[in-house]
Amino acid sequence: MTSNQIMFAIFSGIIVLFSILTVTTKRILRAAVYLLFVLISTAGLYFMLNYQFLAAVQITLYAGGIVVLIIFSILLTSHISEKFEATEMKKSIFSAIAAISGAILTILTILQYPFVASQAPAKEVNMDLIGKSLLSYNVDGYVLPFEVISILLLAAMIAAIVIAKKQNAK
Amino acid sequence: MTFKFLYDFSILTQAIDKAITGSMSPFWAMITEMTIIGVLILAFYAVVGLYLVYAERKVCAFMQNRVGPNRVGPWGFFQTIADLIKLLMKELIPIKAADKLLFNIAPFIVIIAGFMAIAAVPFAKGLHAVDFNIGVFYVMAVSSIGVIGILLAGWSSNNKYSLIGAMRSGAQIVSYELSVGMSLITIVILAGSMQLSTIVEGQHDLWFIFKGHVPAIIAFIVFLIAGTAETNRGPFDLAEAESELTAGFHVEYSGIKFAFFFLAEYMNMFIVASIAATVFLGGWMPFHIPGLEGFNHVMDYIPPFLWYFVKTAFVIFLMMWFKWTFPRLRIDQLLTLEWKYLLPINLFNILLMALMVLMGWYF
Repeated sequence: MTSNQIMFAIFSGIIVLFSILTVTTKRILRAAVYLLFVLISTAGLYFMLNYQFLAAVQITLYAGGIVVLIIFSILLTSHISEKFEATEMKKSIFSAIAAISGAILTILTILQYPFVASQAPAKEVNMDLIGKSLLSYNVDGYVLPFEVISILLLAAMIAAIVIAKKQNAK
Repeated sequence: MTFKFLYDFSILTQAIDKAITGSMSPFWAMITEMTIIGVLILAFYAVVGLYLVYAERKVCAFMQNRVGPNRVGPWGFFQTIADLIKLLMKELIPIKAADKLLFNIAPFIVIIAGFMAIAAVPFAKGLHAVDFNIGVFYVMAVSSIGVIGILLAGWSSNNKYSLIGAMRSGAQIVSYELSVGMSLITIVILAGSMQLSTIVEGQHDLWFIFKGHVPAIIAFIVFLIAGTAETNRGPFDLAEAESELTAGFHVEYSGIKFAFFFLAEYMNMFIVASIAATVFLGGWMPFHIPGLEGFNHVMDYIPPFLWYFVKTAFVIFLMMWFKWTFPRLRIDQLLTLEWKYLLPINLFNILLMALMVLMGWYF
């Protein structure tokens, strides 16, 4: 086994293990922390692909952003002694079937694709290229989706402020 | 000259690399090199953390017209080592009602975040462990994980003081992260790159704080304020406000686990100071003025790592100065400062910098 394969085995092992722990643990904050490990290991896979930009985005947005928000809301709402009740047998069986059939479908689709092993050394993704194509309106440009998403996020932020605002404040 | 490697560490590192790759298979060579770098950074982390504590006590003492530690060794130089040994021998008190797993993980998350960030700092020419093309972004990304450790520590201790401390700290770090990022982006516009080594090279004629004059100075000030807040240091230390919350999120920790939080706090200060020194003050780049060849040559005789450490020490001193001279802010004042002042100033500053770079109005 090459060092790359060992690293891949470690990361994917962590991802699988902690994904299962996330949905089976009885304490809500532990679930959030296991999810954090899953997300960080995914960032590790991106680092292995030499795609540092995506890895850093993964860490900032998911680990530093979303998990912090999740933990924050848990801190505000739940007490340390709270535990989930055990789920019904029927429910767990159905969700297990749904998850496993989804996984089988995905794996079968992936296996049908003929992957060609390449000996070429991994290239570093050029940041300039990402920035330019994000703001370009030519072919391969992403300025329209970028702006649409920005407006969506702005609308969501304004909506959040309006909801959180006190009614009688004038 | 035998001390040539002081000016360019790549000579030394390449020689070591050659020796290691020559004596074992590539796989084991890589493992060995990674271990060496990891152990070196860990040792550096510990030593710098210890001596920052000493420096803080001395600076604080002088500001309050005292002498400070002066019993262990000359000028109390070994005081913090004695403190460390004491902390190592303290009992680790288990908390009965705590969530033990999270309680034990939390200090490590804080330490790992700092450890990953410090690997990306260029200490001298050729002495740079991780040099991604998104360096600045990487440092921001990994340092944003640290707050999770603080939140977990506060919640899992099952203590209302630590919970309030963690909530304050979380709100503070999440909001000030924005200002840190934006003030760095201002300089990224000027540098045209996020790679830390390119940013340092780009300052070979003049440091960015002088090159970018007005917007760069504004960005530097904003970065210092936001960076101090992100490290939970005074005047923004309301997360561990001793008078109201005893010690905030780490009140239940004892012995070496407490030492981890303590060390991480000082290392975060060191990281913020290093990034400030690298991005604004030229990192290991000597002070050069375009046109004055003789002066530039004299400056080149001072080794790069010395430049780096002096600049970092200067920024650290500024941060200690803040802590011991300003009163602590209230939480509402803290959030007002960020969202109503720093953020708008920052957004305007980015536009100003973009305009300046576009028009070529910089040195």
